[in-house]
Amino acid sequence: MSVRSASALPEAAAAPERAGGRRALAARRRRLMVNGLRLLVLVVWIGSWELTTRIGLVDKFFFGMPSGIVQRLWTWITEGTALGPLWEQVLVTMEETVLGFLVGSVLGIILGIALGRNRLLADVLSPYIKAANSIPRVVLGALFAISLGLDLKSKVATASILVFFVVFFNAFQGVREVDRNLVANARILGADGRRLTTEVIIPSALSWIAASLHISFGLALVGAVVGELFGATEGVGELIYNAKNNFDANGVFAGMALLAVVALVAESLITALESRLIKWRPNPVTDVAI
Amino acid sequence: MAPAIQLRRVTKRFLTPKGGVYTAIRDLSLQVAPGEFCALVGPTGSGKSTTLALISGLEPPSEGEVEVFGKPVTGVGHNIGYVFQADAVFPWKSVLDNVAAGPRYRGASKREARERALDWISRVGLAGFEDRYPHQLSGGMRKRVALAQTLINSPEVLLMDEPFSALDVQTRTLMENELLQLWAASSASVVFVTHDLEEAIALADRVYVLTAGPATVKGNYVVDLPRPRNVAEIRFQPRFDEIYQEIWSDLRDEVLVSYERQKRIGAA
Repeated sequence: MSVRSASALPEAAAAPERAGGRRALAARRRRLMVNGLRLLVLVVWIGSWELTTRIGLVDKFFFGMPSGIVQRLWTWITEGTALGPLWEQVLVTMEETVLGFLVGSVLGIILGIALGRNRLLADVLSPYIKAANSIPRVVLGALFAISLGLDLKSKVATASILVFFVVFFNAFQGVREVDRNLVANARILGADGRRLTTEVIIPSALSWIAASLHISFGLALVGAVVGELFGATEGVGELIYNAKNNFDANGVFAGMALLAVVALVAESLITALESRLIKWRPNPVTDVAI
Repeated sequence: MAPAIQLRRVTKRFLTPKGGVYTAIRDLSLQVAPGEFCALVGPTGSGKSTTLALISGLEPPSEGEVEVFGKPVTGVGHNIGYVFQADAVFPWKSVLDNVAAGPRYRGASKREARERALDWISRVGLAGFEDRYPHQLSGGMRKRVALAQTLINSPEVLLMDEPFSALDVQTRTLMENELLQLWAASSASVVFVTHDLEEAIALADRVYVLTAGPATVKGNYVVDLPRPRNVAEIRFQPRFDEIYQEIWSDLRDEVLVSYERQKRIGAA
């Protein structure tokens, strides 16, 4: 009896450990499978594209071909583009995007919080804001190209106006959705109007605002590129525009690939910023689910 | 000496979103002596929370007078503490910053607020949890934070809105005992809202029974059980039973009225 229990004990203690090991193994296997399938999708997609254009089933003049795109990117990197070195074009577009993003989101946050806190102001301005929001604002890029010229300013303006509305509505809603109990508690504890804004309203609205920053960086990029399409002398958008004028489908795709890389890098930067800003939240967004 | 809290023929009406008028309290009068622990019991939806909102100054009365220490209430008073029913600690502040919030809002220096907060955190038994965020704590621990956050301001009037209703029974008894100890060390007058008659009797010196809404006072009962009390054991005293029977006969009718009304609304 005693012998049996003595031999049974270590086994019982080891069992949960083994179960944990099995679970870790299963998770690893699953991760491997997901990554493998992802690779497969890529290979099938790129491969069929390459194949169908190579055998002439799809016209490569209109749809480009992967090897051609890679070649175009390589030429741009090694020999520079028609507009100058490639990194300069990327840098210009990045500058327009980041500036537009900053201007748009700062204005959006300030105005959103101000209107969220001030009922009268919100009631007076709401029809105009709704009207402004309902028009396709991208076309304003054409106006900015006329009024602000072909340089940086017009692109920043286009990008920031796209960003502004998204951030504004989120900040506004975030302020409106603040838990009334928290406001009451802060008032009882002795907070004045200013403290209420900085200590309760803004932190509480921050999770709404942070969520909007994800979307709006992408919009800033759209704004900058569209601004460049309306008229520019440099930038990735201009590069794409040039390629289009030369009926160079590979060039258009190469520009798109560049933009995708920029957007993905920015996305990860914003996620890092978000989890720093709202570290108190139980489950910070660590990955963007689709 | 003026009573700590005095409500004279107070009525409170709210506008409903549909444009109607909802009367939460009608003609309610009650009085709490300085240092008295007073419980409000009544069926759900009987305007208990509204009564607290009026005393705190968060809401003005539609009619009647609300006075705290002889002065009419015109806004949120500096000598009021309020423990809410729902979680009202700030989720983006650590335990330390949550507890230090009151002194900071009231003009204390960062260092002073921190020292006082540390003292209160250990008094409510949360030493070692200063840097945690509320979501990392259990419900009972969050209530302790709320208690420390409120009591650090040494309120003369302490309002509590079903503070322990979301806790499990064991934690609840524990918290009730701790509340009594903390209260005994202060001189605060307490208004404790609950729908649990046992809790009301175990804690309070006086129990007000409110009618089904619109609320008015149906009766008030002195609880002459000796102090200090142990909440877990006081329920076994024969006198506890007597008081319970007496109040329950009053409360039962109101609970039935409220229950019938809810059934009608549900059926409609």
